[in-house]
Amino acid sequence: MSPNAYVVLSAILFSIGLLGFLIRRNVLIAFMSVELMLNSANLAMVAFSYANGTLLGQVGAFFVMVVAACEVVIGLAIIMIIFKTRRSASVDDQNQLKH
Amino acid sequence: MIPLITGQVVAFWIFAPLSIAGALGMVIARKPVHSAISLAGMMVALGCLYASLDAPFLFVAQIIVYTGAIMMLFLFTMMIVGVDTTDSLIETLRGQRVAAAIFVFAFAAFIIVVAGNGIVTGAGGLETANAGGNVEGIAKIIFGTYVFAFELTAALLMVAALAAIVLAHGESLRKRETQAERARRKTLEFAETGKDPGPLPGPGVYARHNSIEYPALLPDGSIAEKSVSPTLAIRGVAVVENDGLRAAHRAAITEFVEVQDENTGSDEAPKVAEELADPGSVERTAIETTDGDPDTPKEQ
Amino acid sequence: MVSLLEIVIPVEATGLFSYAWLMIAIPLVVSAILLLGGKATDAWGHWLGVLGALGSFVVTAVLWIQMLGAPVDQRAVHVPMFDWISVGSLDLKAALLVDQLSILFALLVTGVGSLIFIYSVGYMAHDPNRRRFFAFLNLFIVAMLTLVLADNYALLFVGWEGVGLASYLLIGFWQERHSAALAAKKAFVVNRIGDLGLLLAMFTMVALFGSVNFTEVNQAASSAGSGWLTALGLFLLLAACGKSAQVPLQSWLLDAMEGPTPVSALIHAATMVTAGVYLVVRSHSIYELTAAASLAVCIVGVVTLLAGAWIGSTKDDIKKVLAGSTMSQIGYMMLAAGIGPAGGAFAIFHLFTHGFFKANMFLGAGSVMHAMNDDTDMRHFGALRKVMPWTFITFAIGYLAIIGIPPFAGFYSKDHIVVAAWERGWYFGVLAIVGAGITAFYMTRLMMMTFFGTKRWADGVHPHESPKIMVGPLVVLSIGAAVLGMILNNSIQHWLAPPTGGHPHDAALWEIPWQGWVTLLVVLVGVAIGYLMYRGEISFEQPHTTNPIVYIGRNDLLADKFNDAVFVRGGGKAAAGVAAVDDLLVDGGVRSTATLATSLGGALGKLENGYTRSYGLTMVIGVVVVGAVLILGRLA
Repeated sequence: MSPNAYVVLSAILFSIGLLGFLIRRNVLIAFMSVELMLNSANLAMVAFSYANGTLLGQVGAFFVMVVAACEVVIGLAIIMIIFKTRRSASVDDQNQLKH
Repeated sequence: MIPLITGQVVAFWIFAPLSIAGALGMVIARKPVHSAISLAGMMVALGCLYASLDAPFLFVAQIIVYTGAIMMLFLFTMMIVGVDTTDSLIETLRGQRVAAAIFVFAFAAFIIVVAGNGIVTGAGGLETANAGGNVEGIAKIIFGTYVFAFELTAALLMVAALAAIVLAHGESLRKRETQAERARRKTLEFAETGKDPGPLPGPGVYARHNSIEYPALLPDGSIAEKSVSPTLAIRGVAVVENDGLRAAHRAAITEFVEVQDENTGSDEAPKVAEELADPGSVERTAIETTDGDPDTPKEQ
Repeated sequence: MVSLLEIVIPVEATGLFSYAWLMIAIPLVVSAILLLGGKATDAWGHWLGVLGALGSFVVTAVLWIQMLGAPVDQRAVHVPMFDWISVGSLDLKAALLVDQLSILFALLVTGVGSLIFIYSVGYMAHDPNRRRFFAFLNLFIVAMLTLVLADNYALLFVGWEGVGLASYLLIGFWQERHSAALAAKKAFVVNRIGDLGLLLAMFTMVALFGSVNFTEVNQAASSAGSGWLTALGLFLLLAACGKSAQVPLQSWLLDAMEGPTPVSALIHAATMVTAGVYLVVRSHSIYELTAAASLAVCIVGVVTLLAGAWIGSTKDDIKKVLAGSTMSQIGYMMLAAGIGPAGGAFAIFHLFTHGFFKANMFLGAGSVMHAMNDDTDMRHFGALRKVMPWTFITFAIGYLAIIGIPPFAGFYSKDHIVVAAWERGWYFGVLAIVGAGITAFYMTRLMMMTFFGTKRWADGVHPHESPKIMVGPLVVLSIGAAVLGMILNNSIQHWLAPPTGGHPHDAALWEIPWQGWVTLLVVLVGVAIGYLMYRGEISFEQPHTTNPIVYIGRNDLLADKFNDAVFVRGGGKAAAGVAAVDDLLVDGGVRSTATLATSLGGALGKLENGYTRSYGLTMVIGVVVVGAVLILGRLA
């Protein structure tokens, strides 16, 4: 299998994640779209690792996974706090930095 | 020559569409829980793709960490935040959908065209790299060249966990009542308003079913609304129609009152019937007394 | 083309010529003493003033006699004074050029000036500011001499400005009179326009020739392009128009009659107004090389001589008639100067004689005014010849001179100009003769209204002859007006040949060309008309007129109205328009950059709507754009 196919798949997944982030208003779904984007990047790294014959790509994907986990933890905690105080789960409601 | 169809090719063509379907499902689903499940499915498919790319460690790590831990975290948060918060279909920002569609499509086309043929050499596979085992190979790199990065990410994890605890802690705004204070408060309320000092009826009291969706019945047969979780009520799971439960009860009381009327000559039946039909409309006196003092028992 | 041989190179000053600067220094010191001394010098200030002029005259006369004795090619003397401006490649030295032309002018200025100074002692006898008057008069002499004796245009310009200043101070001498102040201001402002011409000419000379020295400019003139030479000629013509009250800058001269009569005589008749003619004649080598500018000078001269005659024919104020006459006679001089080498000497000849007879007539008018309680309206005069015989006779001599009756001075000088004009072009000649006729008419009118006819004096006016101190200069001047024409007829052409580049041809005094006869005839016709029209009743009040010619003449050819409408109001509108353009375009341009910045900021600010999703979209757009640029750049 040409590893280019995996890169194309990664690109497609990334675009889908990007679209989800731009379109959905629910904060959780937007966050999940970000996770999707990270996953697609992971896939691309593993594909490149396979192509280059080293394990460095897989190590990179591993670290991405770890960092993504931390990010999800803190992000969800923040979402919870915002929900507790502002009672809203929509990204559009948090536009206080408007000009 | 028939091209050799390897397992990798088969795996790719099975799991690649699955992952795309999962991703699309995540983006399109109305309810957040459906969205999360879709994403979990996509991640599993991605893990399988890792497996087909000679990355067994990552395959397992993906399923355990991403699907198992991270997606579950998402689901728990959804339960706290509210599983019922659905997006409306109307877009609030003008032109956002159209512009997003155009530019994301352009972006996708751009990346695919650029990177789609990006790999020109290689595709050699990881036989040599995985010679000593995939896990051992990865371990060599993590604890060897990138041990510093490893230590840092470990610290990051600890910080993240602490941060979550701190952020989600939530200071209580009021001082918590002790048991003595609660007892005193309830007794005072009973003395002033006659409110029942006992605890709220739990689910299932006077109930025919041992299920949280069946409300408890008050002594007159009406539903105790506090016995059902409001979430269930909103979701329409709890049974709100109470007449079916009360029919037998009502019949029993009616017969009792009619017998009493026959025996004592009192005319309570119409009043009771009215009360049964519309609870709370008739003013009830608990105990009849001669001088109006409720504590003086009625002379028989 | 002017060959190098015809350009005179001055010799360095030796002997008495090294003291040539005394001509300027003596009146300067006197003026300084009178101004700084203040009231302390009131008692004898006027006599010191007269001494200032006389002293300068003595020095001038001595130098003239020296020059008479020198060979022709050594008559032009260069007297260095001091280094003035030395910057870059421009090296200006203040030096005097005492040659035939300038010594003639200096004689006129100091000689006629001395006579007028003596007259002023009597005329201003009742004026408490007489000392200040003489201080300013001496200041004028200083400036005028600087003007005529300078050896470069820059020093000439210093004198030019100086006479302008003196004119302003003297026209507005009676400061309490609002009309005098206005007239002084007007004279200064109009002169300033002429000064612009001289400045532009100097700038051009520096740019083209690197020098403003007369000799160097004359030598280098042939090397400049014809366009530049025409421009130079026109600039100098503009300057001359301003100072000599030629059309179009003539409006100030009639108003300048607000000043005391000696001022009108000295400055606005004999000397300052002739500075323009001097400038043109001095720059003859430039004018010889440009036919267009010379033609312009001739046209200006002809137009002015007719305009001045027109105005003079309609005015009732004796001084204003004489002022119109001055304007007209200077038109003759400009016409002659524009003809070139053939006419330059005649222009100076007429200038010289004009100085005498016009100063004579102005002083005579002053004498009449003195007798009539400072009234200038000729309608209030009449039959003065018996009461003021000396004034009448001297005035009559001047009158005969100006209209050109032989053998008086004006005949010879004007005749040469008419002949030269005729040779230049028959139209110039015809107009000059017509002008002579009109001159005869209005001068006869003046004589009839003032000295002949019936008494029309106002109540309480008892005219009597003026004191001797005033009559004396009148007599001297009238003698000059009488005989100078005959004396100088041939000699002046020889004398002025080197500086004007002309070729003199001698003629006997009774050899009158046919143009002379024609002019004489026309003049007599004019006299006759004037006599016939004004020997009868003349009303005391000026009658209202519907005749457009008279109306236009009375209103100074509507010049003031024209200037006001076009330059004052038009200039105001132009300034308002420029200000509006400045506000709209320039300031608007500056403001629009600010507005642009703010509106751009406002528009961009709308991007900051607080929504994360739109920020995300902006990022995606950015990525796509950058990517497209990179890809397309790689492909191209």
